[in-house]
Amino acid sequence: MSNKNNSGDDFLSGDAAAAEGAIAAGCRFFAGYPITPSSEVAERMARRLPEVGGIFIQMEDELSSMAAILGGSWAGRKSMTATSGPGFSLMMENYGLGIMTETPTVIVNVQRGGPSTGLPTLLGQGEFMQARFGTHGSLEAIALAPESPQECFDFTIRAFNLAERFRTPVILLMDESVGHLFEKVRIPPHDEIEIINRKTPKEVPYAPFEPDEDLIPPMPPLGEGHHIHVTGLTHDEEGRPEMTPARQEKLMSRLVNKIRLHKDEIIDIEEEQLEDADVIVVAYGITARSARRAMVLAREKGIKAGLFRLKTVWPFPTERLEELSKQGKEFVVAEVNAGQAHIMVEQAIRKKATFVGKFGGEPHRPEEILKAIEEALHADN
Amino acid sequence: MPIIKTDKYPLDAYLRTERLPHVWCPGCGLGIVLNAFLRAMQNLGMDPDKTVVVSGIGCTGRTAGYVKMDSFHTTHGRAIPFALGIKAARPDLNVVVFSGDGDLFSIGGNHIIHAARRNIDITVIAVNNFVYGMTGGQLAPTTPETSITTTSPYGNLESPFNMAGLMAIAGASYVARWTTVHARRLEKGLEKALSKRGFSFVEVMSPCPTTFGRRNKMKDIIDSMMYYQKYAVIKDNPNPLDGVIKPNEKFVMGEFMDAEDEPTFDDKVWELTKRDFLETSQADRAKWILEHRRHLETLATLIAGENIGPQEGDDHE
Amino acid sequence: MVTEAEKQRLLEREAATIPRGEVYIVEERCKGCGLCIAFCPKKVLVQSDRINEKGYHPPELVEKPPVDVCINCGFCERICPDFAIFVKEKKVNDSEQ
Repeated sequence: MSNKNNSGDDFLSGDAAAAEGAIAAGCRFFAGYPITPSSEVAERMARRLPEVGGIFIQMEDELSSMAAILGGSWAGRKSMTATSGPGFSLMMENYGLGIMTETPTVIVNVQRGGPSTGLPTLLGQGEFMQARFGTHGSLEAIALAPESPQECFDFTIRAFNLAERFRTPVILLMDESVGHLFEKVRIPPHDEIEIINRKTPKEVPYAPFEPDEDLIPPMPPLGEGHHIHVTGLTHDEEGRPEMTPARQEKLMSRLVNKIRLHKDEIIDIEEEQLEDADVIVVAYGITARSARRAMVLAREKGIKAGLFRLKTVWPFPTERLEELSKQGKEFVVAEVNAGQAHIMVEQAIRKKATFVGKFGGEPHRPEEILKAIEEALHADN
Repeated sequence: MPIIKTDKYPLDAYLRTERLPHVWCPGCGLGIVLNAFLRAMQNLGMDPDKTVVVSGIGCTGRTAGYVKMDSFHTTHGRAIPFALGIKAARPDLNVVVFSGDGDLFSIGGNHIIHAARRNIDITVIAVNNFVYGMTGGQLAPTTPETSITTTSPYGNLESPFNMAGLMAIAGASYVARWTTVHARRLEKGLEKALSKRGFSFVEVMSPCPTTFGRRNKMKDIIDSMMYYQKYAVIKDNPNPLDGVIKPNEKFVMGEFMDAEDEPTFDDKVWELTKRDFLETSQADRAKWILEHRRHLETLATLIAGENIGPQEGDDHE
Repeated sequence: MVTEAEKQRLLEREAATIPRGEVYIVEERCKGCGLCIAFCPKKVLVQSDRINEKGYHPPELVEKPPVDVCINCGFCERICPDFAIFVKEKKVNDSEQ
């Protein structure tokens, strides 16, 4: 059992590290529903949150979990839930409510084999697209994909910071392999961790959706005479429902641009050996670790391969990929699904990218990605 | 002396007056429920700055948009878990859920049952108009048999929930039913519900002349309202199982359940955050938990009217 | 047998001791539903001919003292779904009716 101020080195699974990251970031409210392979996140939070004065509730299902964390966030606590594919699907409606009401919160999806009940205990990466397009309506999403327990810890903190900064739900798109991997995690002392909190307004009353110049509104707290009204209907700055095309344009442009105009601040890519690369492998999560090994094997064979690792999967780094494509490089996309990031990559590079996928259950073997690298190299011969 | 025209109304301090007149139809009972609620708040001296109203989707759901308090108009069926999140994080606030029969008992059915079981300290005002009004008049889990709705054009085949009974059995510590025509009793009833700690549930029968009354032989606004005048019967401490509603027959209203001192969910969750509680022995924690358990068998006795549980002499072979 | 004169005297005495009310209306909110009119126990509200901004006919107060008067029961205020009508107690001197 970790000590209370939990700094130091520990040997944790990705799930446990995500929970510790949340606590380090100041999360003091968790509402969730058990689902393999994410239950360990909830279990750790159940044990740890009371120790730090936090509230843990096991809700009756995922729909209510998502609703409860939005309520908890409005009531002033950083909040989080954790789930997997089937639960993620159930959360979609209220995730949209979170986007529309600009509620900061973090949703952890420890992806498993799908669709449907699929492979509850085994790897999948099938929610890449769903993280952005899973809820109805047009929106921009922020999603991060860690590849190690250390990154589960670090990215959860980043997820909370992004959620608070941009007043929006943020998805931590883990996968079962990373979630169940045990590795050393270094937890820094509390004062070395950068924590960002939501802006709060200075005047009372403050309209809950009146944006600052950065398009992000300060968030008024409850119970202080702001008399906020928060609705999922299209609304004006005061939260008053206004269901007209003109208001829809105004509100939705702001919600979308709130993220788009700050893309450079949000997007985080790891680029390895790209400068001289002839073939670039795009991957995220556990697949990136196989891809990295494949890159090494390729280089040993004299193939100039590089790795483009998506640490943030949304917003998608279209511009950077476009730039690299113009340099004449070929691309391979490796993921544990039937082709999702692949679609986004091809759209960015405006040509074919070799796809090496797996439907689920186990990570790629480096040799499988190496084969795809070789294919990509000889593609236009 | 003629009627005096004015632009100020006594409850205006509690209303977002710039949004009036509200969207509800002429003769809709919702304004009456909101009126009674605000009067109850005023009578109790409840601070509107410390009151949060959470609603779902539907005509009743629009209530949140008219109160001059912190208010949330959430997704269909999910007002209660949203409210739970707020109450658990800010137990100092009064949290009131205003929603309709379909929102709370169809899509939201699961959540309200758990909320009653846990005895969350919120007040739920469930407006029952027998139909899904906002979307044009489809059937609801409370629609009486034979009623004509847009999705039961040949007459409703299904039997409705006895919401009051369901709530009492699920563990709500306060359950009452009133109607909009009994406006004074409704006001007093809401005062009581708002004062009680724990999960307080008030079903308010309310007319929807536009989508229900009109199709079901209540040709105008007054007819729709008079249905409740005609068939509601007040009983003193009625049994929650007695809350069944049959079409065009008398039904019972009153206080179906009034349990004292039921421990609330919020109390228990907050206890967990106390250092002493975490550091004591598991045996001591178990003792505290048992001391603070819901008295569900007492509630069962209140409902069944006789001793509940295994008795001496019961056959256990 | 009570004479007409005695009956009138009794009614006047009763009229002097029952509460009296002034009825107020926020006209733009009225939706002409007729509930206040139907539920007034003294039947002193009627639909007026005038229309408000939204085209509804708000109620008008037609009192016929000493009997058909507003008694400040407050039921119209409670049964109105639109926060449009309310009553205030009218202080009456003995000499007024």
